[in-house]
Amino acid sequence: MMQEKLAQAPASASGKGPMLLALRGVGKVFSNGVTALSDVDLTIREGDFLSLLGPSGCGKSTALRLIAGLATPTSGLLDWRGSSAADRSDIGFVFQEPTLLPWAEVFDNVWLPLRLRGVSRAKAAPVVMQMLARVHLSGFEKAVPRELSGGMKMRVSIARAMVTKPRVLLMDEPFAALDEITRFKLNNDLLELWQDERFTVVFVTHSVFESVFLSNRVVVMAARPGRVFKELAIDASYPRNEAFRTSPNYAALCRQASDVLIGAINSTAGPHYDGH
Amino acid sequence: MTAIEEHALTLDPEEARRVRQERLERIGRWLLPLAIMVLAIWLWDRICIWNDIPKYILPRPGVVLQTLFDDAGLLFSSLLVTLRITFLSLLLAVIGGVGLAVLFAQSKWVEMSFFPFAIVLQVTPIVAIFPLINIYVDNQTTKLLLCAWIVAFFPILSNTTLGLNSVDRNLRDMFRLNGASRWQQLRYLRLPAAMPYFLGGLKIAGGLSLIGAVVAEFVAGAQGQSSGLASRIIEAGYRLNAPRLFAALILISFTGILIFLVLSLISHLILRRWHESALKQER
Repeated sequence: MMQEKLAQAPASASGKGPMLLALRGVGKVFSNGVTALSDVDLTIREGDFLSLLGPSGCGKSTALRLIAGLATPTSGLLDWRGSSAADRSDIGFVFQEPTLLPWAEVFDNVWLPLRLRGVSRAKAAPVVMQMLARVHLSGFEKAVPRELSGGMKMRVSIARAMVTKPRVLLMDEPFAALDEITRFKLNNDLLELWQDERFTVVFVTHSVFESVFLSNRVVVMAARPGRVFKELAIDASYPRNEAFRTSPNYAALCRQASDVLIGAINSTAGPHYDGH
Repeated sequence: MTAIEEHALTLDPEEARRVRQERLERIGRWLLPLAIMVLAIWLWDRICIWNDIPKYILPRPGVVLQTLFDDAGLLFSSLLVTLRITFLSLLLAVIGGVGLAVLFAQSKWVEMSFFPFAIVLQVTPIVAIFPLINIYVDNQTTKLLLCAWIVAFFPILSNTTLGLNSVDRNLRDMFRLNGASRWQQLRYLRLPAAMPYFLGGLKIAGGLSLIGAVVAEFVAGAQGQSSGLASRIIEAGYRLNAPRLFAALILISFTGILIFLVLSLISHLILRRWHESALKQER
């Protein structure tokens, strides 16, 4: 079983920032006996844009839920610089679906995390409006979710996750259900937001192209049991834009990531997948 | 709206036919039942004439209408009595139903323990329970209210419970991540999510509270203790006053229809912006 431990040796391209969070030997076994994660070591540094890439069943969503504190590990521990749990306001979470309150207007949806922390509408208004502007939704604050397109709903969801200014944004295949044109646009806008605000992103995806385009680190995971297979450093400078998307460098990096992913898929017992 | 109409000018034959069809259906929805109603009343009138039926057996529609006007004072004051019981019991059903549902939603254990009792209360015919209520409760209004309430509260309780429990799992996680208290989760997530279910239950309960009120009056009225519409019906029955009987019946029916329409309107106004049930179909 090929498995590379990454935590001890800082990977070359990982952010220069200090450590934000480390998963140390983390495992998760569900009550039905399924081992979702086994012995995962992973260090996330401040300012990282880290993608968890892998086939379905590799535990990447479970890893994200563990980081968020929505689940607790069966073995191992999470190390938030000495503390085992994150401060709530440190975390923003974006689900696979927009997960908005369907009865509430866009403003109220973005206000919600602040409202739950006791911030009044008037006090929250400037922050909410600024956040909506950042995701290019100014003027839509009075709309309800069903009046928006899929991409716009996802923008609201991102604005809601960011309105508390979290240090780490956890994203669980946020753009998987969107069409390609919308996805590219959201990719670009997310990168722009990330570069301006310098928060940390942990991004779960099953798209090689998306992970390479966005991240400075791609962690490829394998299934049964879910585990870290290999980490790739994406050596390409930011800002990345449409020019990067069509560059030979991007194509080569995608090819490399794709080969690792195929290796990860084939490392699982079962019918082999020969790729190209 | 104007944009759509302008477009209609350049529609191809198929689309034009569809628009015509839709317009026709819109008119027919109102016109058809109305026409059938008029036809039925006319037929009723003819049957009375053709068969020479005396008015104490089957009065002609005109006579019923006349009675409705002549006896208006008596009938409408009785209607007010019935309406008071109906609305008070509906109000109590809303308070009791939602209150219990919220209580049940606090813990699965509470729900498991007490829901069966609500079902027992619901499935036992109210007419059979009334003699007991009659023994234990002295106040006439309280008696009727209790009866109507027992009939009306269950759909609200059961629907609201279902609604409070059908919150999207991710939304629940989102509230957890933001450290929402139990009360915040109820106030900002579960109650709004339960709204469509509650309103569905309310529509049923509205009709049931009227039925409950009338049934309660019937049972009480048989003992000469009530002055609502039901007692007017019993009275008219004893005296073979068929026209007044019909007039009272029509009043009850119209009241029921009105309650349903008002509750439907309320439901539509609350849900129209977001819930599937209230949205026009988009193509």
